[in-house]
Amino acid sequence: MIPRYQRILFALLLAASVAMGATLWHLRQRAHERLIAGQDSAPTSAPEVAPAEQATLLVANDSNGSMLTQFLSLPLPADPGARARAVLGKLLDLYAAPDAAHPVPGGANSVTQVFLLPAAELGSGAAKPKPADSKAVVIVPGESSATPSSSQTPQFGPQLAVVNLSGTFVSSHPAGIETEMLTVLSICGTLHANLPRVTQVRFLVDGAQRSTLAGHADLTRTYLAADAIPAEEIRP
Amino acid sequence: MRWTKWTLAALLLAGPAAELVAGQQAPSAPQARFVVVLDAAHGGDETGGRLANGQFEKTFTLALAARLRSLLGARGIQVVTTRESDAAVEPEKRAEIANHAAAQACLSLHASESGSGVHLFVSSLPPVLQPARFPAWKTAQSAWVARSLKLAGVVNSALLQAGMSTTLARTTLPPVDSMTCPAVAVEITPERSSLHETTSGLDNKDYQARVATALASALVEWRTEAHQP
Repeated sequence: MIPRYQRILFALLLAASVAMGATLWHLRQRAHERLIAGQDSAPTSAPEVAPAEQATLLVANDSNGSMLTQFLSLPLPADPGARARAVLGKLLDLYAAPDAAHPVPGGANSVTQVFLLPAAELGSGAAKPKPADSKAVVIVPGESSATPSSSQTPQFGPQLAVVNLSGTFVSSHPAGIETEMLTVLSICGTLHANLPRVTQVRFLVDGAQRSTLAGHADLTRTYLAADAIPAEEIRP
Repeated sequence: MRWTKWTLAALLLAGPAAELVAGQQAPSAPQARFVVVLDAAHGGDETGGRLANGQFEKTFTLALAARLRSLLGARGIQVVTTRESDAAVEPEKRAEIANHAAAQACLSLHASESGSGVHLFVSSLPPVLQPARFPAWKTAQSAWVARSLKLAGVVNSALLQAGMSTTLARTTLPPVDSMTCPAVAVEITPERSSLHETTSGLDNKDYQARVATALASALVEWRTEAHQP
């Protein structure tokens, strides 16, 4: 004879099993419906082609140590960081071309990221930018105190661009004071020409600080790009 | 006895005065100390660039520094070098050697296959008219930028007189920015024609000799300017 409490317990367990089974079946149905619904609503939309805009590139020339302004029509993204990377990618593509006046292997993939941050005041080692009527790009080293003062990017105001270069690009860069400075200057000038709010530029290599580009140009400093874009040939 | 005392006093007073007069009338007064620092860039594991003949930049700069030191020594100029062998020397140490030497001219010697002629670089630090008593290490050159620009002008003139093409520019170079002396970075590159064909490579002995002689002449000229009142 089965005791009464055991019969009640068996009935409760059986009811719980049935209820759990029903719930599982219901959840399965819902997951299936969600999957089907997701498949239905996942038509891949064609990537939106950014409209072509005029980009200003400061292209270095090793033969006379100068930089020339080139205007190109490029599809540029709206996001400033992606835009900066796109113009720098184009600049480095020009340098990687076989007949480049400033040959540097690597191309567009040499710029891994460009971060835009609010610019901080520089220390006493920084120079004031040249007057607005000057046509030369002034790149002046400042103290390494360009840590953003705020985590929020202000709507207006100067920006610091942190350019993360690939290690491959840096290791294959030709060594020499002039050629390295021309690369640094042209990157700073090109950034400023296309993103006028960028007034300071710092460099990283594979996400870390590096002392020099290829043994000469100092990469530990913050570079200042003055607010003038050269309209003619300039020297660094 | 009285006469003897006065005579002795007169002799004691007249002795130093006579020596002083003799010193003033010396035909050649000792010239002020003139020291040049030659910084052969790179060294050891830090090879610098690789030149067309396979030679490393560190070897070229060391050889040029040795040649220049001989030329300057023959002209009576005291030379201090930042390295005498293929040894790695940190940029801070190079600047430290230059600053301890209290030199009247500091040349940082480099070489590259990029570009043409001789490139002269002065620190791009903003010039400071009144130097601080304790200048910041990374910007110590600020107080010397004006003099460095003058030195670059003298070197540029000497190179042009020697028939070489030159480029003058400003740059950021770690050892130079910390030097407390008139400092110029000299980058020697191959001589090229207007069609960018190499006419004298860096391995050309005649070209090396011409560059070294022109630099030595520039420093002799700089010494003359430095000794002018």
